[in-house]
Amino acid sequence: MSTTPVTPAAPGTPGVPQRPRTRPPRRPRRLGPGDRLFLTVAIGIPLAALLFFVWLPALASLGLSFTTWDGIDLADIHWIGLDNYQQIFTNYPPFWPAVRHNVIWLLFTALLPTPFGIFLAYQLDRKIRFTRIYQTAIFLPMVLSLAVVGFIWEIIYNPDTGLLNGLLSAAGSSHHIDWLGNADLNLWAVLVASGWRHTGYIMILYLAGLKGFDPALKEAAALDGANGRQTFLRVVFPAMKPVNIIILVVTVMESLRAFDIVYVLGGGVGSKPGMELLSLLITDNIIGESSHIGYGSALAVVLLLVSLAAIGTFLVQTFRKEDR
Amino acid sequence: MTRPGAGTTARDEPPRTGKGPRRQTGRHVLLAGIALLWLVPLLWAVYTSLRPYSDTAKHGYLSWPRSLSLGNFTDAWQQSGMPHFFWNSVLITVPAVLGTLLFSAAVAFFVSRFDFRWNIVLLMLFTAGNLLPAQVLITPLYRLYLLIPLPPWMSDSLLLYNSVWGIIAIHIAYQSGFCTFVLSNYMKTIPKEISEAALVDGAPVWRQFFQIVLPLCRPAFAALATLESIWIYNDFFWPLALIETGDKRPVTSALANLQGQYFTNPNLIAAGALMTAIPTLLVYFALQRQFISGLTIGSGKG
Repeated sequence: MSTTPVTPAAPGTPGVPQRPRTRPPRRPRRLGPGDRLFLTVAIGIPLAALLFFVWLPALASLGLSFTTWDGIDLADIHWIGLDNYQQIFTNYPPFWPAVRHNVIWLLFTALLPTPFGIFLAYQLDRKIRFTRIYQTAIFLPMVLSLAVVGFIWEIIYNPDTGLLNGLLSAAGSSHHIDWLGNADLNLWAVLVASGWRHTGYIMILYLAGLKGFDPALKEAAALDGANGRQTFLRVVFPAMKPVNIIILVVTVMESLRAFDIVYVLGGGVGSKPGMELLSLLITDNIIGESSHIGYGSALAVVLLLVSLAAIGTFLVQTFRKEDR
Repeated sequence: MTRPGAGTTARDEPPRTGKGPRRQTGRHVLLAGIALLWLVPLLWAVYTSLRPYSDTAKHGYLSWPRSLSLGNFTDAWQQSGMPHFFWNSVLITVPAVLGTLLFSAAVAFFVSRFDFRWNIVLLMLFTAGNLLPAQVLITPLYRLYLLIPLPPWMSDSLLLYNSVWGIIAIHIAYQSGFCTFVLSNYMKTIPKEISEAALVDGAPVWRQFFQIVLPLCRPAFAALATLESIWIYNDFFWPLALIETGDKRPVTSALANLQGQYFTNPNLIAAGALMTAIPTLLVYFALQRQFISGLTIGSGKG
């Protein structure tokens, strides 16, 4: 991974310093009617597509969450206020397990694969041999689709034919563990598979950040007698704030969005005991034969609100500088 | 926090200079071990896929192979209609990537080269749109797709639902958020003097866009095209929810059919799963640099 024109460290050509944004003297722009038409079309079509296919459905989900609807005839939509939410919170057995599992997913991902990916990036960010090979091996799962990752782990976890039970019995254990069928185990089995993929992602993001890190800071820390861990915790890590925020957002969003891998490992539609997640419950309620659109939408809004907290943090952090 | 070994560690620290052969070896053992561990699931899938089902049925999966062959790959290719599903993936991925890049280039051009009041709001709207979980959109989107008619030459269902156009549309709308974010950061680094000179020469805005800014963004386009191709090709959820007929689905979603059909034959499923991954692996190995810089230019801002 040598330097490319688009590495974060050098977003521009080296000779051209980032110009401070000067606002007032930018007036001589005379846009003719043709220019205006072009800009309107150029921005109008993408904006219309975004609003129509993304934001309109998001808002509609919010609206539908206050209704009851079987999803067939538009005339059958009835306003029921907050009933769906009340039902979900008090009278929908898979809801709280799903919330708990989403939280476990987030905590697991944030506490194991994420720091591990950062650790690996820190180890790889030196001129050592084979670093490309190590990086590729660890990053490779990220190139595979989550569905393919699911299938690959399926043949590891399969109770009869899988690698894991094969190894266990070769080691003399007579336990026959149903990794994906056991409600106490299956979430963790899926988390291992998901962490396998997540680690490489974080590693690459952090590695890119480290490339933009000023080595002089590290040298100064070393001169002051800081050891490796101190240098990392007190100098490198704090200086990497922008990347840390991205990683935080990526971790939160991936945990909230988790779907494909659970869908594949859980064997399709219908949440399996032990593997309930908000994303799966939503799909259950809207795709199945008896669709409960209101329910599904209320679940979607819960997911939306949690996501917006993460998205908002990210946007504020990213755009604050420019707003001034 | 000063440990006895602190002195030696510190001497290792100045990057790019210190060798410390013992530490170096230790690091290599550690990293090689982890890298190997990371490859195990993939290698196991490859090993499984290369063995005939009869062999594994008789001797178990954890056994030495009597024979290895590509039989599962040819079987999966022929019996499950993989060529057809691959073609569906191409029909979705190519227009979706091109559309996403064109749309996001236009928006990025607008927000990064002109000082309009709503630029930041616009940029936030696009960026945030890409971060919304797909499940939040799916119910209304599904309904919307059932309401939008298409002419017969575009869709034999006569609806946006159950047509590749619908999948292309949602990919473009959804993915343009990420690409707009990246491209607008990139375009801000292009000196404004360049387009100002063009303006003085009387070049209209559309020429600045197509003949000056777009060509200068070529590296960013290469990176994003690589990344988006893999993402869109790998996508699983939209076709699952928005395409009813199995045979119109792209190869990643069709894999689920394969699993249902042959769930007793893991060897065949492994072959099928690996086969769907081959295009992404090829793209990745050929364009590794572009792929990674695509992932990281989004994060490198700050």
